[in-house]
Amino acid sequence: MNIIEVKNLSAFYENRMVFENVEFTVTEGDYLCIVGENGSGKTTLMKTLLGFDIKHTGTIKFNGFTKREIGWLPQKTQHQKDFPASINEVVMSGFAGGGFFGARYNKAQKEQANQNMKLLDIESLAEKSFSELSGGQQQKVLLCRALCAAKKVLLLDEPVTGLDQSSAEEMYALIKKLNKSGIAIIMISHDISRAVSEAEHILSLSDNSFFFGTDSEYIQHTKEDI
Amino acid sequence: MEFITQIFSYPFARRAIIVGLLLSVSAALLGVNLVLKRFSMLGDGLSHVSFGAAAVGLALGVAPLGFSIPIVIVAAFLLLRLKQNSKINGDAATAIVSSSALAVGITVATLTTGMNTDISNYMFGSILALGKSEVIIAAVCGALIIAVYILFYQKIFTTAFDEDFAAVTGVKVKWYSSINAILTAVTVVIGMRVMGALLISSIITFPALSSMRICKHYKCTVIVAAVVSVISFLTGLLLSFAFDIPAGAAVVLTNLAAFLILSLIGKVKQI
Repeated sequence: MNIIEVKNLSAFYENRMVFENVEFTVTEGDYLCIVGENGSGKTTLMKTLLGFDIKHTGTIKFNGFTKREIGWLPQKTQHQKDFPASINEVVMSGFAGGGFFGARYNKAQKEQANQNMKLLDIESLAEKSFSELSGGQQQKVLLCRALCAAKKVLLLDEPVTGLDQSSAEEMYALIKKLNKSGIAIIMISHDISRAVSEAEHILSLSDNSFFFGTDSEYIQHTKEDI
Repeated sequence: MEFITQIFSYPFARRAIIVGLLLSVSAALLGVNLVLKRFSMLGDGLSHVSFGAAAVGLALGVAPLGFSIPIVIVAAFLLLRLKQNSKINGDAATAIVSSSALAVGITVATLTTGMNTDISNYMFGSILALGKSEVIIAAVCGALIIAVYILFYQKIFTTAFDEDFAAVTGVKVKWYSSINAILTAVTVVIGMRVMGALLISSIITFPALSSMRICKHYKCTVIVAAVVSVISFLTGLLLSFAFDIPAGAAVVLTNLAAFLILSLIGKVKQI
């Protein structure tokens, strides 16, 4: 079943068209990599999916969840470096969107958060400060926050950027593990060869065109280009 | 002890203590997020706008506070908006707005009323000048800030830590930043009466910075900032009565002392 259907999607940035008539689908438990050069519109596409204020035409349809229930892993921001926050506080903030008030989280949410921390093997860090962790650990914490917010799909924005080799491998393994447990993954990446080996589907954006298909179709497609 | 009971027997001192306590807690709570989001100078910029507006208000013969509050709210919105619009550097904009407003205030004051005690009170603060209306505004504003912080605590934390993520997951980020702007503006205007335009920003930034020396968790940071702010204010006020120094300056100095002590504790804890 398709959980995301995108049709005829064109997006604009400062009245310049970033991409035109892009079409793709995401099925339940899918693993889609969005690849492309810098400036090809990966970030614009991500922001459009997430409902940021981006001028666009075409349709985006979510089946069985709303755009608020996409678990988003954004890139780290500068001010988080010295932000006093415990891992617990950061992970739990994945639940902040629901309800009008937000004085505290309920028991079910706390249990869910604990489960997710166990799944990503960060439960021993719960009381540590976010700013004290290594880059790889921080990324795992933000992935865990995304998992708390997610219903069916995770949207990961260059999740291994800035990580050393072993942390990056660990991150890829965790993402695979989450995918195996039934969560659909959409990952933005500029490491094309790695994207092909990890994902089931590839969406490649480039100037004035796009490709969408399975990883083997993509390999075929790039060969034809050359 | 006798000294303290004596102080409490004066109505003006009681008013100063009530307004000061509410102000300390409000400023500390707002300050944590302003400092974390790199808006430390916002309080300073707004206080100068508030001074400029109060001077114009005095010249026009209208209530300076009633005149200042809406103008400072507008300024707070503009400065917060500028930060988001990256074409103009928010820091530079704050500096420009800040000095321009101060210049307008001084010019208008000199041409009309002259640089009298009223003007000087707005510059350096005066606890003697606090009236009933200020106590009421401070009480309402203080209660509102504390209530908002408790009721929406998780949403406020999520927004402070990662505004984009908060927006995506469904937190009404714009709504919170608007409330934040309004409450900051009101706190600055009231604070100007007690602390003075030149010193008010210190009670916004100091408690947050002090508490961040020893706290690693957000909740701890917020609570310690409020406690530090209240203790510093009360100590400062007592010192100001005892040694007959301006309350604003005394409170800044006690805040500085608290900052140094907590920095030291933070350093010792690290070893």
